[in-house]
Amino acid sequence: MTEGKTPLSQRSSARANPSRAWGDYQIEVVVGYLLRCGVILSGTIVFCGACIYIFRHAYEPADYRIFRGEPSDFRTIPGVLQSAWHGHGRGWIQLGLLFLIATPIARVAFAVAGFALERDRMYVAFTLIVLLVLLYSLIGSGLTF
Amino acid sequence: MTILTFTAAVAIVSFVAGLLGSLTGLGGGVVLVPLLTIFFHVDIRYAIGASLVSVIATSSGAAAAYVKEGFSNIRIGMFLEIATTVGALLGAYLATWIPTTAIASVFGIMLLYSAYISRRVRPPELQNLPPDPLATRLRLNGSFPDLDGERSYNVQHVPVGFSLMFGAGALSGLLGIGSGAVKVLAMDQAMRIPFKVSTTTSNFMIGVTAAASAGVYLSRGYVDPGLAMPVMLGVLAGSLIGSRILVKAETKSLRLVFSLVILVLGLQMLYKGLWGRI
Repeated sequence: MTEGKTPLSQRSSARANPSRAWGDYQIEVVVGYLLRCGVILSGTIVFCGACIYIFRHAYEPADYRIFRGEPSDFRTIPGVLQSAWHGHGRGWIQLGLLFLIATPIARVAFAVAGFALERDRMYVAFTLIVLLVLLYSLIGSGLTF
Repeated sequence: MTILTFTAAVAIVSFVAGLLGSLTGLGGGVVLVPLLTIFFHVDIRYAIGASLVSVIATSSGAAAAYVKEGFSNIRIGMFLEIATTVGALLGAYLATWIPTTAIASVFGIMLLYSAYISRRVRPPELQNLPPDPLATRLRLNGSFPDLDGERSYNVQHVPVGFSLMFGAGALSGLLGIGSGAVKVLAMDQAMRIPFKVSTTTSNFMIGVTAAASAGVYLSRGYVDPGLAMPVMLGVLAGSLIGSRILVKAETKSLRLVFSLVILVLGLQMLYKGLWGRI
């Protein structure tokens, strides 16, 4: 990436640090688009799942008064994948939601890489802590098995 | 109610909540849980699971738009996310064993507080504060494009802000909301971050915070696809459209109406929680 070639790097908020090609601002721009793509992808998957689900179950009663908890098909990643594979609408919806949950996690992972490029050790450490907490919430909660 | 009518009705309500939430800057998530529990008789746990998912969608969906303005401070966001994600994890685990009546009561108080914050007259921003040694060491200070060129700011009271953000994270995990009202308290009042910077940075952080508790909710079976689907799609569409039609003149009265709605819903939730009608 050459300095000052694009308007992006001109209004770099690494304004404080203009000698670096990879400032905070560039990281944020890329991450912002990454997030939007993730949301569009997950929204599309959820919408496809919604079409199948509504088509098959439109006239069944909807009742959420009593909490039963979801079956394991909708509670674990392997369960969701299997359900989506079998073409179940709700499996697809859940798969889309998993993609959605993954977007902020990808953002943090990307920030770790960005700070590493900037050789900012302190913020590599901070973002790694956040990433570990997020991964713990996925693995520790039993979502992955 | 059949699944078709239920889905359509929830999608419309979520769309309106997302639209009003983004037009007024108060966030749509905070009204969704009470609307779903009070008017659609949805169990509060399902409602929280669905709302949490929609919070991630609005935060990630609007991120690209916010970034372009160049106000957000990724360092402040990342540093404070250590507090909010740990808090959110704690909140999500708390939610699995706290009785639903207690959750409803906390939710009611949170709504009343949000209504208060939204009507409060914002104190004038203090400029040219002296640099705080801790904030300087953490490299939290920054600058943003203002009307007359670049304006730099110095972050204050880092430990207080960090602790408050832990609380904001816990509330977000417990109630499935973005808890913007507490974040405002931490970032504007305690850390003295300029309003433009704190709003955009907070929007960025909300999604990461919600993701920390979403895993727990999903694996505990709180996220029902049939309910989360219309909520997520509705709120996302509403907030994306809302961010495009920012009509400046109308927002003042809209804000008043929306904060009245929040107030009424808060009283309802508190009543339901305290009298065990949930």
